[in-house]
Amino acid sequence: MTTLQIFFIYFAVMTTLSSILVITRKNAVHSVIWMLVLFVHIAAIYLFLNAELLAAIQIIVYAGAILVLYLFVIMLLNLREEDTKKKFLSQWPLGLITGVVFIMFFILILGKITVFPTPGKYSVEFIKSEGIMMTIGKVLYTEYLLPFEVVSLILLVAIIGAVVLAKKKIS
Amino acid sequence: MMDISIIVGTIVKIAIVVTITMLHVAYAVYFERKVIGHMQARLGPMRVGPHGLLQPIADFVKLFFKEDIVPSNADKPIFLIAPVISVVAALASLAVIPLWETFAIANINIGILYILALSSVGAYGIILAGWSSNSKYSFLGALRSSAQVISYEIAMGLSLVGVMMLAGSANLVDIVNAQSKYPFILIQPVAFFVFLMAAIAETNRAPFDLPEAETELVAGYFTEYSGIRFGLFFIAEYAGMFIMSAIAVICFFGGWKGPHFWILSHVPNIVWFLLKVYALIFFYYWIRATLPRYRYDQLMSLGWKLFIPLTLANIFVTGLVKLLY
Amino acid sequence: MFLGIKACGMPGTYIPSNYLPILIILIVATLVGLTPLILGVLVRPKRPYSIKLSPYESGNPPVGDTRYKFSVKFYIIAMLFMVFDVEAVFLYPWAVAYDKLGLYGFIEMMLFIFILLIGYIYAWEKGALEWE
Repeated sequence: MTTLQIFFIYFAVMTTLSSILVITRKNAVHSVIWMLVLFVHIAAIYLFLNAELLAAIQIIVYAGAILVLYLFVIMLLNLREEDTKKKFLSQWPLGLITGVVFIMFFILILGKITVFPTPGKYSVEFIKSEGIMMTIGKVLYTEYLLPFEVVSLILLVAIIGAVVLAKKKIS
Repeated sequence: MMDISIIVGTIVKIAIVVTITMLHVAYAVYFERKVIGHMQARLGPMRVGPHGLLQPIADFVKLFFKEDIVPSNADKPIFLIAPVISVVAALASLAVIPLWETFAIANINIGILYILALSSVGAYGIILAGWSSNSKYSFLGALRSSAQVISYEIAMGLSLVGVMMLAGSANLVDIVNAQSKYPFILIQPVAFFVFLMAAIAETNRAPFDLPEAETELVAGYFTEYSGIRFGLFFIAEYAGMFIMSAIAVICFFGGWKGPHFWILSHVPNIVWFLLKVYALIFFYYWIRATLPRYRYDQLMSLGWKLFIPLTLANIFVTGLVKLLY
Repeated sequence: MFLGIKACGMPGTYIPSNYLPILIILIVATLVGLTPLILGVLVRPKRPYSIKLSPYESGNPPVGDTRYKFSVKFYIIAMLFMVFDVEAVFLYPWAVAYDKLGLYGFIEMMLFIFILLIGYIYAWEKGALEWE
């Protein structure tokens, strides 16, 4: 096993572990902290895929914006009383069995798949030579112009939705 | 296999930078008290050592030996890690800052985004500290602070877009090298102004120090913190100031580069860099001594209604001018 | 080979060696944060009693619950922040590649910003940016 694999396995294991902790914590704020840990480790896995821009966006958007929103909502709802309750769900053994079956299923399938990616234009060396932001910038704003412009419409809907929902609450 | 010598070299670099930053933090506090003291016709600290020069050391010793009080009903684990998150976010930002051309701990392509990412993680230290303390002052301070920090984060990110357009890179070394003819402040004054204001708001400094408005909220989100934990928040704030000033110098004032004439071209790069950084830090103190604190509604509308449109207009004009020339 | 998958682009084959210093500085920064806390336990006094441990409320005994509900304003700000953060993220690679994109890139980004400005003006008009 190389050093590289040790690093990768650490990040993979931590990703799984912290996501389990996210769903098992009773205190919602503790869940948020584990989710922060989870996002940081996912960002590290993006680095192993030579996707440094995605790693930064993972932290900026997910950890910096979406998770802060979660935190605000949790604080807004004041979930203190929920801590004292014993369990939220009683069907967890069923869930566990389903989960294990799914994992077995995935392992079975993954063993059968052989991926032969034909190396395209954007090899690791190519991206190294001009920088990932330049590469993504050149591709995203030319070849994927339509999806990019559609994103602005989706964001517009999000703004309007947030304002409408909140306005109802104020009045 | 990774080369052991590279790893050792990196650790040495990190040790140097972190030590310098810690010393900077200690003496930036002293310097601030002195500067503001003299601006208000006082002397500032004078008792410990000549002209109070040993004051920061005395302060550290005091904080270190003080009792560490965890308020009853506090969420203990979160109360414990909140200051650590703040410190980690602040110190880790140092990794991408080039002190001179060949001295950056990590020379990565997404330098600016790395800084923005860590500053958004830094907001967690504030929110969690306020939430976990189980104190009303802390909670209100944290709420105000987090809303302020996230509002100004957009303005900060957008103000750097103009710089990235001019440099064609988000790598901090490339950005400095792109300024070999003239510093970007000359063509991006609006972006610099917005960046500076956003940086002051991000680090919760006067006149945007609403979260820790001591006359209203005691000490805001760290009201309940004592001893060395309080010290950690202090380290995070002053290290944050250093980092924001360093980014401003790198993006707008040509980083380590100095003028190329006469004897000035023989001054080492690091001296230029630190000189510019400390000039900006002095500006922080100056503002604190001069301006009264903003009201919270004024602060929020300044961020949302003035700075964001200003930066968008700046991007538009920069793009247009770049197309024409 | 990992779980039987054969692929050349799988994680664990590319080395992000540029980022090793960042991993190290994260560890060092955590140590800087934790060491004084842990070492301090040996030297600092610990004499808690209930009044000392009660939250500070200007000298009065604390009243009511701390984590009470707060203004929905903060929630709107967080929502709007999320949208504008995503917008800003789209601007970064565009800014870096701007020289290569030229007029075409300029127009498409201005369209993008324009559509979002509609939302921004709407939020402004509806008073979502107001803070009373």
